[in-house]
Amino acid sequence: MKRRWNWPIWAGFVVVVAGLFSYGFFARFPITRDFPLANLLLFGIGIALLLLGLFRAFGRPQIYRGKILGSIFAAIGVLVVALFSYEIFYVLRQVPASAGAPRIGQKAPDFLLLDQSGKPVGLGDLLSNSKGVALIFYRGFW
Amino acid sequence: MCNSELRSFQQRLPEFEARGIRVVGISVDPPDVNERQSQKLGYTFPLLSDPKAKVIRRYDVLHPGAGPKGADIARPAEFLLDSNGIVRWVNLTQNIAVRARPEQLLQAFSELQPAGQ
Repeated sequence: MKRRWNWPIWAGFVVVVAGLFSYGFFARFPITRDFPLANLLLFGIGIALLLLGLFRAFGRPQIYRGKILGSIFAAIGVLVVALFSYEIFYVLRQVPASAGAPRIGQKAPDFLLLDQSGKPVGLGDLLSNSKGVALIFYRGFW
Repeated sequence: MCNSELRSFQQRLPEFEARGIRVVGISVDPPDVNERQSQKLGYTFPLLSDPKAKVIRRYDVLHPGAGPKGADIARPAEFLLDSNGIVRWVNLTQNIAVRARPEQLLQAFSELQPAGQ
């Protein structure tokens, strides 16, 4: 007797993978970047589907397929969620304390750096004829 | 992620300009990379190049070894200076994914101005 296709293990796996690869997209918006709610939601749905598939495969093996594939997909899914969580909740939080950074009320250290056209720009240039300066230090485009 | 922050400032740039606030980015990227990225992503504010991280060190916002091949780069950090170059607002995130939003700086700037001025 031909057993039925156990679709939740496939759907769950696809949703988990989508949860991983959609990070680049959701990171473009502050609301889903500051806390990766969208990705965690997809992981949750994906893992739930995988579990449903496994319950079917192992609970009613005479009806549903997917014991081996379901186990492999579930293991990969859990690994993906674990690595993602490690990266987001641990690695990204390893930022130097910057205790020596200029504080409120202190004068900002002067500088003279080249802009994208190769022109030197100093802090004095930025301060002249302006009411304020926003300095944004960023990691770079690599 | 760096892109999302700079892009958000580019989107709100008219509001900074209307208030007389100059917006600049600083990183270890060389000017040609900054030029290419500005063209590609449409940034019209200066991206300053600090390839040896001298200024980044002076501001104590270095993230040692966090760049490609273990290069020293800047950690995300944002400062709002008044017209005298005094720091009036600062954001030193403890999570690389969480950056200052333009509205935070605009809000901080509006609070610097005495009422009615």
